[in-house]
Amino acid sequence: MYVAVKGGERAIDNAHRLLAEARRGDRSVPEIGTAQIREQLSLAVDRVMTEGSLLDRDLAALAIKQARGDLIEAIFLVRAYRTTLPRFGHSEPLDTAAMQVRRRISATYKDLPGGQVLGPTFDYTHRLLDFALEAEGDGQGEPARPATAPADPDQPMPRVTDIIGGEDLIERNPPQEAGAPVGDLTRDPLNFPAARDLRLQNLARGDEGFLLALAYSTQRGYGRTHPFVGEIRLGEVEVEMVVEELGFAVPLGDITVTECQMVNQFKGSAVDPPRFTRGYGLGFGHCERKAMSMALVDRSLRADAFEEERKGPAQDEEFVLSHSDNVQATGFVEHLKLPHYVDFQAELAFIRQMRAEQAARPETEAAE
Amino acid sequence: MTDNPYNFAYLDEQTKRMIRRAILKAVAIPGYQVPFASREMPMPYGWGTGGVQVTAAILGPKDVLKVIDQGADDTTNAVSIRAFFAKTAGVQTTTATAEATIIQTRHRIPEAPLGEDQVLVYQVPIPEPLRFLEPRETETRTMHALSEYGLMHVKLYEDIARFGHIATSYAYPVEVAGRYVMDPSPIPKFDNPKMDDCPALQLFGAGREKRIYAIPPHTRVVSLDFDDHPFERNRFSQPCALCGAGDSYLDEVVTDDRGGRLFVCSDTDYCEGRREAGHRGHQPGGPERKEAAE
Repeated sequence: MYVAVKGGERAIDNAHRLLAEARRGDRSVPEIGTAQIREQLSLAVDRVMTEGSLLDRDLAALAIKQARGDLIEAIFLVRAYRTTLPRFGHSEPLDTAAMQVRRRISATYKDLPGGQVLGPTFDYTHRLLDFALEAEGDGQGEPARPATAPADPDQPMPRVTDIIGGEDLIERNPPQEAGAPVGDLTRDPLNFPAARDLRLQNLARGDEGFLLALAYSTQRGYGRTHPFVGEIRLGEVEVEMVVEELGFAVPLGDITVTECQMVNQFKGSAVDPPRFTRGYGLGFGHCERKAMSMALVDRSLRADAFEEERKGPAQDEEFVLSHSDNVQATGFVEHLKLPHYVDFQAELAFIRQMRAEQAARPETEAAE
Repeated sequence: MTDNPYNFAYLDEQTKRMIRRAILKAVAIPGYQVPFASREMPMPYGWGTGGVQVTAAILGPKDVLKVIDQGADDTTNAVSIRAFFAKTAGVQTTTATAEATIIQTRHRIPEAPLGEDQVLVYQVPIPEPLRFLEPRETETRTMHALSEYGLMHVKLYEDIARFGHIATSYAYPVEVAGRYVMDPSPIPKFDNPKMDDCPALQLFGAGREKRIYAIPPHTRVVSLDFDDHPFERNRFSQPCALCGAGDSYLDEVVTDDRGGRLFVCSDTDYCEGRREAGHRGHQPGGPERKEAAE
């Protein structure tokens, strides 16, 4: 019936109730708690925090529950909450060299100060479904406690890029300027070309799948960068912030981050000796795939800085930065399901008009 | 409202100030796309976050708000946005075009003429009229700066060569105040003439693309065309089946699976107003219904 669009308010209310019902699922199965999500779906929580740009495990777990496990929807919920929060400043740069490391691997050195630390990783698991995990609550599924060597706080664990940098074989990081402004694309519109701080912020918030595909494309020849994993490290670092009234930095607490530093093909010139180049990735929690993809794409986006020809999508700043945000992307793709009948009507009338004109044309023209 | 946990109209005052500055700049440079720090809103991008932010920034407690989508007040997204402002701002809402001080719209301009005490806020998906000719923002901004619109005219010309017409029936590009080429948002080109010399302020918000632009009252707005292929409004071969209006934009409603069609006003308020005034179309009760279905 033509009045199908009427009663929108009631339809929306009912849709919300159906959604809540579908979220709950079979009521004979116990409801999942946000603490369970926080503790046992921790990598989903990490992803929602990273792409939602908000470090709060409880809110991320709540968002995942509310979103029925749809992580992009959960990221959206967290973003919409975050945008209501006041921004009162920015932290000092994290000192990841001082990280309390739980995992640290390097693909460029067999052994190095601090050693290779595997930590909690899927890397060497055999991907066989573990049916023991199906047995709920009978204690059978409880894993054995891991053997861990106590961390030796006196054992330094220098960053691999600092080791390479000690020989001046990798591009130098630009000097830190105290009090230099830090861009924030959630508070200012992104303009092109973007500075690297904004690029990295965009990539950190960017969709993991999108960055993964772009990073993969660089490995298959669409803007190759000859990368090595200099180092991936996971652990806790202290966040500090300078409080104006005090005049010095105060610690705010420890956060868990994953950092990936890629060591890429060298670049030199007539005056500068050749040096390796850098790609950088960082995210909240344990997010290796994201951090590695981010580091590869960061390096690819620096094509202009190294006078490389831009040949692949991953080297195209406007393309990458304009399409990386999954909340924006899903909104615009999904808005196509909103009514468009006014526009479609205009197209309908136009196509009928063109067809009528074609049919009215003399035979001779049609025969040609 | 003491029981309201949100700031008036949801956005914090700092954000509103930022948006108002962008709006003022947009009004000062008609048709120019002003970048603004669009916020993440509690509804998805593509659902009108740009329009919602503009409305939130200009809304006052005494305003009367009307929200339409596809010309109708009762489409789901219009209902949702109206409810959002009723909840977060507690303002009076209306479906009557003449009563509204702010009208937020998606894809239509109301049929009733607007007055100088009204503001029309458009929801905009892609603010850049040159986007489908040149995907790069860096390029299109330069083209606007230099008034380099040759590419657009070539596109329109190629349409004529290929189809015999300019093949754009909605989001038909306009030139504003003799300077900027502007995307009027995906309104049917039927509505384009209403933008010209309009006494109401017209504001355009694109949330995902982070742009605001404006047409100040009584500004010249010209739909792009050629001397030998002048701009034409879409025409309908029949009047509204409900109210008999011959001057309104019509929605085509499929009434059965045997080719049955009904044409009715897309502007629901306009249609209802005419019927209240005694106008009748050829099927004033809508499609025939079986008694058993009642």
